[in-house]
Amino acid sequence: MKNGIVSIFAGALFGIGLALSGMTDTSKVIGFLDLFGAWDPTLIFVMGFGVATTFLSFKFILRSPHPLISDRFYLPTTTDIDYRLITGSALFGIGWGLYGYCPGPAIASLTYGQSSSFIFVTALVVGSISQRVLMDPKASS
Amino acid sequence: MNTYLAASIGGIFIGLSATIMLGLIGRIAGICGMINGVLEQPSERNWRLLFLLGLLGGAYIFHSFTSTPIPLPNDAPLLQMILAGLLVGFGTRLGNGCTSGHGICGMGLSSMRSITATLTFMATGFATVFFMRHILG
Repeated sequence: MKNGIVSIFAGALFGIGLALSGMTDTSKVIGFLDLFGAWDPTLIFVMGFGVATTFLSFKFILRSPHPLISDRFYLPTTTDIDYRLITGSALFGIGWGLYGYCPGPAIASLTYGQSSSFIFVTALVVGSISQRVLMDPKASS
Repeated sequence: MNTYLAASIGGIFIGLSATIMLGLIGRIAGICGMINGVLEQPSERNWRLLFLLGLLGGAYIFHSFTSTPIPLPNDAPLLQMILAGLLVGFGTRLGNGCTSGHGICGMGLSSMRSITATLTFMATGFATVFFMRHILG
């Protein structure tokens, strides 16, 4: 219950941030990725200020033994830099460049009611499920 | 509003959202992880689903309260749209994270894994747009 309230509030803040910064506008994202053309550097500021915020706040947060209203931190434990990380990220970047949505903005853009967002998110879900079915059929999530 | 200022404030909002998730309930605000969790992990579904619904709500609130027109849909061919979605879904699952999980949260934790992932998807993103715009286009 408490987790749900925190999540919907944080999700809304994230969604406002995405829409305000221009991340839900595929033409702006493609303009940012067009490094060798009419490059629009604005979105560097989204990543820059986003990471600056977490870099400072996470250090502070992780000094506590546990989060404020939960019993523990759920942090990733993997540290391997392996072919899955590199290949996966490389494929993700190609998809990002082909259309201009990464997962967050794609989900947020569903609120615009454009059929393109629904098609994109459906393909994203199918892609994600096929990765597991094709490569990790036994993995229990 | 100046677009650089909007992007900066937007970035801070996103960082604060990740701060709230970690600081209050100990979770990483990684969107693709949440999508996968909603689909496949029923016991932990609710908070993830609510976060994703919050994303839609937040974007809605922003456009209604600021009267900012909603962005035009990308007019890329259907096949390109579907291929892009498949690659984003497949790739973020295989690489265990996207712009939020690796980019905003992982880099905030100074994780070498996340820094590597972010540099990789930025590089292939730049390369893809270069290819589509300046070689094919």
